[in-house]
Amino acid sequence: MTTRAGLDHVRELMALATGDEKHDESSTSTLDALWVLYDRVLRVDPNAPKDEARDRFILSKGHGPSAYYAVLAAKGFFPEDLLAGFLEFGNPLGSHPDRNQVPGVEASTGSLGHGLALAVGSALALRARGATDQRVVVLCGDAELNEGSNWESILLAPYLNLTNLTLLVIDNHSSSIPMGPWEPRLGSFGWDVLVVDGHDHEQLFGGLSERPSGRPNAVVADIPEGEW
Amino acid sequence: MVIDMRSQLARTATDLIERDPNVAVVLAEISVDRFERAMAIAPDRVINVGIMEQTLVGVAAGFAMEGFHAIAHTMAPFLVERPFEQVKVDFGYQGLGGTLASVGAPYDYGTEGGTHHSPGDVGVVLTVPNTDVLVPGCAAELDRLLRATYADGRLTYLRASVAQNDVAFEVGRGRLDVVRRGSRATVVVVGPLLTRTLAACEGLDVSVLYTASIAPFDAAGLAAAAGPDPLVIVIEPFYGGTLLPALADALRHVPSRFASVGVPRRFITSYGTPEEHDRELGMDVAGIRRRVVAALEPG
Repeated sequence: MTTRAGLDHVRELMALATGDEKHDESSTSTLDALWVLYDRVLRVDPNAPKDEARDRFILSKGHGPSAYYAVLAAKGFFPEDLLAGFLEFGNPLGSHPDRNQVPGVEASTGSLGHGLALAVGSALALRARGATDQRVVVLCGDAELNEGSNWESILLAPYLNLTNLTLLVIDNHSSSIPMGPWEPRLGSFGWDVLVVDGHDHEQLFGGLSERPSGRPNAVVADIPEGEW
Repeated sequence: MVIDMRSQLARTATDLIERDPNVAVVLAEISVDRFERAMAIAPDRVINVGIMEQTLVGVAAGFAMEGFHAIAHTMAPFLVERPFEQVKVDFGYQGLGGTLASVGAPYDYGTEGGTHHSPGDVGVVLTVPNTDVLVPGCAAELDRLLRATYADGRLTYLRASVAQNDVAFEVGRGRLDVVRRGSRATVVVVGPLLTRTLAACEGLDVSVLYTASIAPFDAAGLAAAAGPDPLVIVIEPFYGGTLLPALADALRHVPSRFASVGVPRRFITSYGTPEEHDRELGMDVAGIRRRVVAALEPG
């Protein structure tokens, strides 16, 4: 079961990270999925954030990273008191995560539509190294998927049989252009698609734990408007 | 038989794939036929992503994130102009090393029109901090530069072209060679324009320096060769003036004059062979001589 007490603590840490209110919905929409990932799914070690055997996670959209920072801090990747200096000059926690400044962050993101191709490259690299058990999870927002670069990689990943790749879509309905229905759209490109309640930890855990054979999988975490 | 730079790129990269398990090559349809052997040797490390250039660069950066020495290759405008943000962010901002190896600049695909020309490629790449730009003058130099830099942890733009010089130099990152000495001016020649520049400067009392390394540029070497009160004329196989900031910085301690003989900054709308474009743009032997002589005349 998910550690609810741990999630309550993450919320307290998020409350410290003020100043980016324009991205509040972007951040809170990702909270449950990020918590389930780091609490129950990803094999990562805060004491060895560059361990070769780790799973990889890329926050592709970059926007609204306070939930991401709070989860990483709660899991021990960096001191929790850094959250209080969020966005302040000299503090490594900026409005978009930086892999060279924040332990546990795999990719520097914020320019939308970059993370999925990076994840494809990372998944290819792991396969080339013979790593059959490790996986790459990349989180994209529904509006981020407006970017055409994503659809290049959505076309490519099934062609390359990247079974070690998971696309986690946080569909908080922020896109001006509705992006669903997800099953037929992503499925037609060759992805295994599962839509879950974006706040339901057991559904998220089930979807993110599943490793369908033969093709990459997409887990779409639905967050209804107003329930960010 | 003289091998072309594009084939040499594939040959050298294939050799690196064979020797070094940390090398990965990412292609976007272009030159796939030249990489068939590499694909057979290491299908997991030689990837053709199809016609998707943003993903080409992003996937190469993903390989680099995992510690691979990634070589991304396609035509110049589609390698550094179309996916420029991936070059800037995925490699540059993230501080990742890798090789972006292009063909076709500035107008090698001469009949394809302006969409396939890229005289601005080097200028664009130079806006990405901590990026090396290497412009070999022939296949042997390309081979030498790629082997020397592919695993150095830096982002390198390696620019292959159809035009080649008759002789190869001991090129290297940050290296500048004195080819001949004269007194009226110092002519700095970049990459594949050396042979024609030497012909253009026949009978002119000028020094000729040669480099395949735009960034880093050998500032100390230029300062030593140019002397006091120099007139420096740079022969550039890209938009004219691209290298002037580096030259001015190199000679900032002495009063200096500069002139550029490069590709004019306008869209090329005619169709033809690279040689025909050279002639129209003043980049053939006669054009370079005319422009050098003009630069030598008192203002």
